[in-house]
Amino acid sequence: MAKRSVSILTRLLTNPSSPFTAPTRSITYMPRPGDGAPRTVTLIPGDGIGPLVTGAVEQVFEAMHAPVHFERYEVRGHMRKVPEEVMESVKRNKVCLKGGLATPVGGGVSSLNMQLRKELDIFASLVNCINVPGLVTRHENVDIVVIRENTEGEYAGLEHEVVPGVVESLKVITKYCSERIARYAFEHAYLNNRKKVTAVHKANIMKLADGLFLESCREVAKAYPGITYNEIIVDNCCMQLVAKPEQFDVMVTPNLYGNLIANTAAGIAGGTGVMPGGNVGAEHAIFEQGASAGNVGNDKIVEQKKANPMALLLSSAMMLKHLQFPTFADRLEIAVKQVIQEGKWRTKDLGGDCTTQEVVDAVIKALD
Amino acid sequence: MSRRSLTLLENLANSRTQTRSVTYMPRPGDGAPRAVTLIPGDGIGPLVTNAVEQVMEAMHAPIYFEKYDVQGEMSRVPAEVMESIRKNKVCLKGGLKTPVGGGVSSLNVQLRKELDLFASLVNCFNLPGLPTRHENVDIVVIRENTEGEYAGLEHEVVPGVVESLKVITKFCSERIAKYAFEYAYLNNRKKVTAVHKANIMKLADGLFLESCREVAKKYPGITYNEIIVDNCCMQLVAKPEQFDVMVTPNLYGNLVANTAAGIAGGTGVMPGGNVGADHAVFEQGASAGNVGKDSIVRKNKANPVALLLSSAMMLRHLQFPSFADRLETAVKRVISEGKCRTKDLGGQSTTQEVVDAVIAKLE
Repeated sequence: MAKRSVSILTRLLTNPSSPFTAPTRSITYMPRPGDGAPRTVTLIPGDGIGPLVTGAVEQVFEAMHAPVHFERYEVRGHMRKVPEEVMESVKRNKVCLKGGLATPVGGGVSSLNMQLRKELDIFASLVNCINVPGLVTRHENVDIVVIRENTEGEYAGLEHEVVPGVVESLKVITKYCSERIARYAFEHAYLNNRKKVTAVHKANIMKLADGLFLESCREVAKAYPGITYNEIIVDNCCMQLVAKPEQFDVMVTPNLYGNLIANTAAGIAGGTGVMPGGNVGAEHAIFEQGASAGNVGNDKIVEQKKANPMALLLSSAMMLKHLQFPTFADRLEIAVKQVIQEGKWRTKDLGGDCTTQEVVDAVIKALD
Repeated sequence: MSRRSLTLLENLANSRTQTRSVTYMPRPGDGAPRAVTLIPGDGIGPLVTNAVEQVMEAMHAPIYFEKYDVQGEMSRVPAEVMESIRKNKVCLKGGLKTPVGGGVSSLNVQLRKELDLFASLVNCFNLPGLPTRHENVDIVVIRENTEGEYAGLEHEVVPGVVESLKVITKFCSERIAKYAFEYAYLNNRKKVTAVHKANIMKLADGLFLESCREVAKKYPGITYNEIIVDNCCMQLVAKPEQFDVMVTPNLYGNLVANTAAGIAGGTGVMPGGNVGADHAVFEQGASAGNVGKDSIVRKNKANPVALLLSSAMMLRHLQFPSFADRLETAVKRVISEGKCRTKDLGGQSTTQEVVDAVIAKLE
């Protein structure tokens, strides 16, 4: 452990040009007895590109000798329910890493991604959309955290056919859920030194539903006087996102708007292939690729093994921070960002032509 | 009239954007003036509608406006205004401000429901001379306007729990799909994309998709595909050139239209209209409820381009294509020259200066 710290320090001192080797955190890592004890994490490879990218994470963790060991479970998107043993495992380990689970379009099976979130009461979905140095995008200065309510709202799945040809779908908003997502957002902003929280809504049309959401946000905002709070209507927000994304910092949204805003923000910052994200509940956390959890890629990418593992690697770095292994998280993030910045090993969505395995090898080499 | 046609032909020869080859054959009674209801609206509304009035006068367009004052805080659109629209069948309006929170329901939505304006159309395209981060954008977003999430049916079940209903019907989905395909067919568009979230809202958006698929079978010359709305948002900002005509339910259409307008230059320049079976209301493209900020109103710096282009759409709708072409050519010239631009396009002009520039560019 001391030898690894020395090599990190050497690299910090000899690479002054790289903008992210100058850490902004000033915590000294004081190991305590038992800190390095390995933690168990449930791993769900998923469908499509899922096994590819989770395989990538496993390889990198092995190379890093991270104190994490995975319990792997096979879950397919077209199963009716998440198997019992998987739920047991997640409840026991409290942390899970998963690839995407394909949700069949149309009637029939309900989404397993949603089921997992509901059963474990994972109410907050977090996507950090940030310009990665070295990855040229049309928008600069993007650094947005989208915090989205995960359990209710439009995705409650409550629909019925009133008469043939007329379908009603219920959108439920409760004070309880709105309050806790608002509290989560402000607490996140507070602990991560963020200056502004923006609530995204459509309360001019859906007055009661989004009005309730807004009231909860306003109440919580009063408890955090150091953080600026403002509100924006969702259609204006979409336009501002593509016109001037630098005005947004932390955004808190209900379920549907959050899905679209997270995807738009991920798109302007480099694509869903590189944005980390996670789903957090009071007791459990599930880490998966940032914005499009249901996106399992198309068959061509699976065949050619050209899926982008960056998003899941960065999400697993978030997971390491969550598990209180900050050194490993930093090493992993620095390695991944270095690989992106060098630009030699990029998959197709970033403009290159590499396979997943090549990117993984590059990341492993960039670790010390 | 022939002198105008001659200068028009010169314009046609000079302008790069002319794709239509229709010969304008006037018939007796074609130039008869039409009455159009004008609703200035709130905020920047009066500014921009005034701009349109000035330009129409300068063009001697065969239109005269019946002006009615409607404010956003009214609880209903006044009966005389509705009468007037029903009589004239065409309306031009600025934005009507919708108060946030409980109380008054949106007058924009009321108008659309009463006149059954089921299709909202926004044409988002790159204007020559206006640099944006995205090139090759030419998207028409056709959005179902009457049902879906904006039905306004909400109630508080118990204190602290609110339910909001989203209603999708086969009738409305079919007619918006038919409108979209017919529009694509008549305007020589190659592809129609349906935007949905049917993996989560299986019955509701599933019904919408089925209707689109049925209608698609009747138009074999037009490519049809479907895209999930979150992926669509990302594709819009990454590769917007893949989209041509997009047909969407109400909420997704609102967001997709605003995003597309944003990438193509902003809601200040995108034309749009709401069309029903019998009536049509033209307003600025994507953000109908956007009435601008007070500082823009005070300094008179609102962007009139969107409403001018929408009124050009209105002129086409009223079968005055030559006037529509003149107006569009003038507006596009002003934008491409870049000397007179309002703040959202990066300049410092007031509304009046832009209007004067447009009038100067008309022949």
